[in-house]
Amino acid sequence: MKPAPFSYERPRDLNAALAMLAANGSAKIIAGGQSLGPMLNLRLVQPELVVDISGLAALKRAESSRDELVLGALVTHADIEDGRTPDVTRGAMRGVAANIAYRAVRNRGTIGGSLSHADPAADWVSALAALGARLTLRSLAGARTLAVEAFVVGALESALHAGEIVEAIHVPARAVSAHWGYAKSCRKTGEFAHAIGAVLVDPAAATARVVIGAIDTAPIVVTDAAELFGGRVGADYKQRFDARIADLLIAKAGINDAVRRHIHVSVLKRAVHEAAA
Amino acid sequence: MRSERKFPSGGSGQGVGARLPRKEDDRLMRGRGQFVADIRVAGLQDVAFVRSPLAHARIRGIHVPERYRGSVFTAADLSGVSPIRAVSALPGFKISEQPVLASGKVRQVGELVAMCVAPTRAEAEDIAASVTLDLEELPAVYDMLKAREPGSALVHEHWGDNVFLETNYEVDIAAALDAPIKVTREISTARQCMSPLEGRGVVASFDRRLDQLTLHSAAQMPHITRSGLAECLGMEEGRIRVISPDVGGGFGHKGILLPEEVCLSWLTMNCGHPVRWIEDRREHLVASSNCREHHYRITAYADRDGTLRGIDCEATVDSGAYSSYPFSACLEAAQVASILPGPYRMPAYRCRTFSVATNKCPILPYRGVARTGVCFALELMLDLVAAEAGLEPGEVRLRNLVRPEQMPFDNITRKHFDSGDYPEAMRRALAAIDIDAIRARQGQGQTDGRRIGVGVSIYCEQAAHGTSVYAGWGIPMVPGHEQATARLTPDGGLELRVGVHSHGQGMETTLAQVAHEMLGMDVAKVRIILGDTAMTPYSTGTWGSRSMVMAGGAVAAACRELGERARRIGAKLLQHDPASVVLQNGEVRGVNGSVSLQAIAHTWYRRPQDLPADVDPGGLEVTQGYKPARDSGTFSYAAHAAVVAVDPDVGEVEILDYVIVEDGGVLVNPMVVDGQIYGGLAQGVGTALYEEMPFDTSGQPLATTLADYLLPGATEVPAARLDHMETPSPYTQFGVKGIGEGGAIAPPAAIANAVNDALRPLGVEMMQSPITPRRVVEAVLAARAAERNAA
Ligand SMILES: Cc1cc2nc3c(=O)[nH]c(=O)nc-3n(C[C@H](O)[C@H](O)[C@H](O)COP(=O)(O)OP(=O)(O)OC[C@H]3O[C@@H](n4cnc5c(N)ncnc54)[C@H](O)[C@@H]3O)c2cc1C
Repeated sequence: MKPAPFSYERPRDLNAALAMLAANGSAKIIAGGQSLGPMLNLRLVQPELVVDISGLAALKRAESSRDELVLGALVTHADIEDGRTPDVTRGAMRGVAANIAYRAVRNRGTIGGSLSHADPAADWVSALAALGARLTLRSLAGARTLAVEAFVVGALESALHAGEIVEAIHVPARAVSAHWGYAKSCRKTGEFAHAIGAVLVDPAAATARVVIGAIDTAPIVVTDAAELFGGRVGADYKQRFDARIADLLIAKAGINDAVRRHIHVSVLKRAVHEAAA
Repeated sequence: MRSERKFPSGGSGQGVGARLPRKEDDRLMRGRGQFVADIRVAGLQDVAFVRSPLAHARIRGIHVPERYRGSVFTAADLSGVSPIRAVSALPGFKISEQPVLASGKVRQVGELVAMCVAPTRAEAEDIAASVTLDLEELPAVYDMLKAREPGSALVHEHWGDNVFLETNYEVDIAAALDAPIKVTREISTARQCMSPLEGRGVVASFDRRLDQLTLHSAAQMPHITRSGLAECLGMEEGRIRVISPDVGGGFGHKGILLPEEVCLSWLTMNCGHPVRWIEDRREHLVASSNCREHHYRITAYADRDGTLRGIDCEATVDSGAYSSYPFSACLEAAQVASILPGPYRMPAYRCRTFSVATNKCPILPYRGVARTGVCFALELMLDLVAAEAGLEPGEVRLRNLVRPEQMPFDNITRKHFDSGDYPEAMRRALAAIDIDAIRARQGQGQTDGRRIGVGVSIYCEQAAHGTSVYAGWGIPMVPGHEQATARLTPDGGLELRVGVHSHGQGMETTLAQVAHEMLGMDVAKVRIILGDTAMTPYSTGTWGSRSMVMAGGAVAAACRELGERARRIGAKLLQHDPASVVLQNGEVRGVNGSVSLQAIAHTWYRRPQDLPADVDPGGLEVTQGYKPARDSGTFSYAAHAAVVAVDPDVGEVEILDYVIVEDGGVLVNPMVVDGQIYGGLAQGVGTALYEEMPFDTSGQPLATTLADYLLPGATEVPAARLDHMETPSPYTQFGVKGIGEGGAIAPPAAIANAVNDALRPLGVEMMQSPITPRRVVEAVLAARAAERNAA
């Protein structure tokens, strides 16, 4: 389990990094290395060049305004868990971060790397979609923004273009009236989830975002989830949660196995109960 | 709980029975251990292997790029090397030959095909990646039950079938057939990988001065490795030295002769420099150390009051492609037949076993060997008998366990139980888990949608069984007398040389405690030398929970004789009649004074002019052999009890409480024993809930990284509550029994019984390990559907 030979660069500014990526089509970015490391060692990827972005101070910044938090791509899970970054989600992100993998992985793993890797079972992929986060992507040609659910397009597939980098993640502030529920089922602590349910329900605003994650492909993101609660989102949403609609959504996403669907629906139900608790 | 035992060391806090902190931990806990991968030898190069990507195929060609010729070796290069043969003398056993590098055919994914050598492992892997194999794929034998059917593809064509060995054992089964309770089930345990923290590893070099191959290998049984290497390489044993340094867990994986060991030995003798191979985690999961895959078709017969009338069973074990050295491919299945009755009395019994060849890695004996599967099958059946009889599971066990007044007891398969009070262990476990409180709690129902269940299991573990048992197996290794050498050094220290090894068992501490018990010297002055064929007496090594009984006995015997010689010299120095002096607390004492072992050693080595004329010329170095008074084995046992919460809709199982009541005879170091039990429990939890190596229909192993092969971590292992009973073995030195494996035997059964207790009201029964969320939910949904259909 040793990687195939590759060249290595550790640029000091973002433009230099972007230029290296533009110049070498098979280059791979490494951030925390927690996903890329194993893939290199298993020779699942064999890039000619690895561009280590861990020296880009600009990507480590975290800034919050009244209605938005901007996290640089290199912010680690542990930074969020420990509260070293500001929080606009009233603890929602801290809770998610604290249950990613093991502490050793959280010390190095980054939020940008996690999203870019686009593992369907990764926590940020589902949690940030439920929170309504957006990403800034940058290349030599300029920057664009995408919603998380538009960024993760399939299993280990993102909307990143060649030469592009995830620069920052924008998380909208969670309304005081919004309830948050996040549940996942792992067979053991630190293991990737087999089912994730994430819900952001605002009974006052009658809105709900629901995410069913850790399916074989990009998570199911329901931005207007009234149908899952009998057609409207009110204070009694927990009682009105409709497991059959959830089951249909999961079946529509291509999961034919009734056992898996049942587990996903049950985990989503846990998230709804947590939000309502 | 534990009674203070009366041994000469009394209250010194260092002898038999002392909770002495482990001496070896000072180095191991500071990261200063020296494992194979830490060994540095000048000129060392690394080896990576080209392994078969297919489970079953004919090799049409192996293509090595021109520029790597000379760095790549295949079977054609290995002149003079014989395949690994582990033959059992049991009648009907079919022989497999495991070529160290595949020739003709490959019979498992991961089988070695070519050996690549380079200055670094990464470069060696680059070379391995450049080698291409031309393989003609053959149908894979991936399912042991299908493999027994006529028309199956054949792993070894010339056999005509896929059965290494079939055995039959029967005692009057006809007598059970009219029993009013008859329960039949299929029960199975998954294939596992042993997963010690440290994998295998080999550093091979050749010493021209000594004309000797030196093999550093992470091995449990260095002397057996040497014999196996000598056979494969056609060398005299004296030309081979095997050194096993610190070893990071063995569990059986390090008890076998590896093709890699043979390959690297050949390579270093042919390329002129030292070579190294360190097993990586993917190699470990894909290509080695498979264990545990059992299938049972089993019927329990009982009377209405739960009294067992008999067990009838057909057991199949997936032995994999080759018979591994020295334990052979049939140890596991044939052992099932002899141990399935467990600690129970029964008048009738039948067991038919099949050791089946498949296109998988060879099965190796893993901590507990066949006992974990046997305990799982039998204890799940006992719970079904309890349900049929309308009794508490604990009660059914109390009615059928061998009773203390029957000891020593020969059971239906003529296993000789040396001592113990099995019902008492079960009673204590039931009390500690507070079975009544749990029943009450179950009656109230749970608020979080989860269901609570309680389960028990009990087993016996035959350990340190010797010549009389193994002669019957007729495998390449039969343990005889175990030897130890004790040497007083000129400055009064003690060196002990033993042929067993320590890979987590704390032998450097416990054997020193034995020496302290015999000689009274401070354990700090006792050095244990092990893991080196050049430095230690021959031994079959560490396996079968034998080391404390056997090596402990040998150390005691050697120290006793050493003490006697020292006493005689001491008497002379004190100018006493030898009959009037005693050895006590590290000195020889007479009425007029005392002389220390240190002074006695000084005399023997440095002032021989002061020795008595009739001194034993053997001096202060003694080798003694030991066997227990009966070598049919010690029987330790334990009752386990588990409380679980099961979420029927997500399938998660949480262990809420866990109790172990254990009787391992006299405990030399109870703290070390606790450690052994906790470690075994962790592995048992893995068997119960997590570990599984699935294969697809082409024989591909599917859990090739630790993301797929799940091992329990610290958060998955319950903080078990331990209770010890100490019934001495009547046959061994100090009354000790082997306890190394027990912790891993009972947990799968206790946990499965607890899960079934939780789910039984839903009409759900889990008869297969591991109990995964998917299996639970699948069974729950099937039961709900059945109920709907019935309504
Ligand atoms: C044992 C273990 C358990 C884990 N368990 C979980 C878990 O429970 N939940 C979970 O969510 N995750 C889990 N992970 C994954 C972990 O969260 C990783 O940190 C994360 O997936 C990748 O982050 P990284 O910074 O290490 O990225 P890297 O490994 O450095 O990179 C991952 C991928 O993203 C690309 N990349 C990285 N940064 C950028 C960027 N800024 N722009 C564009 N592309 C980029 C890389 O090229 C690469 O393809 C686990 C990992 C391990 C090793």
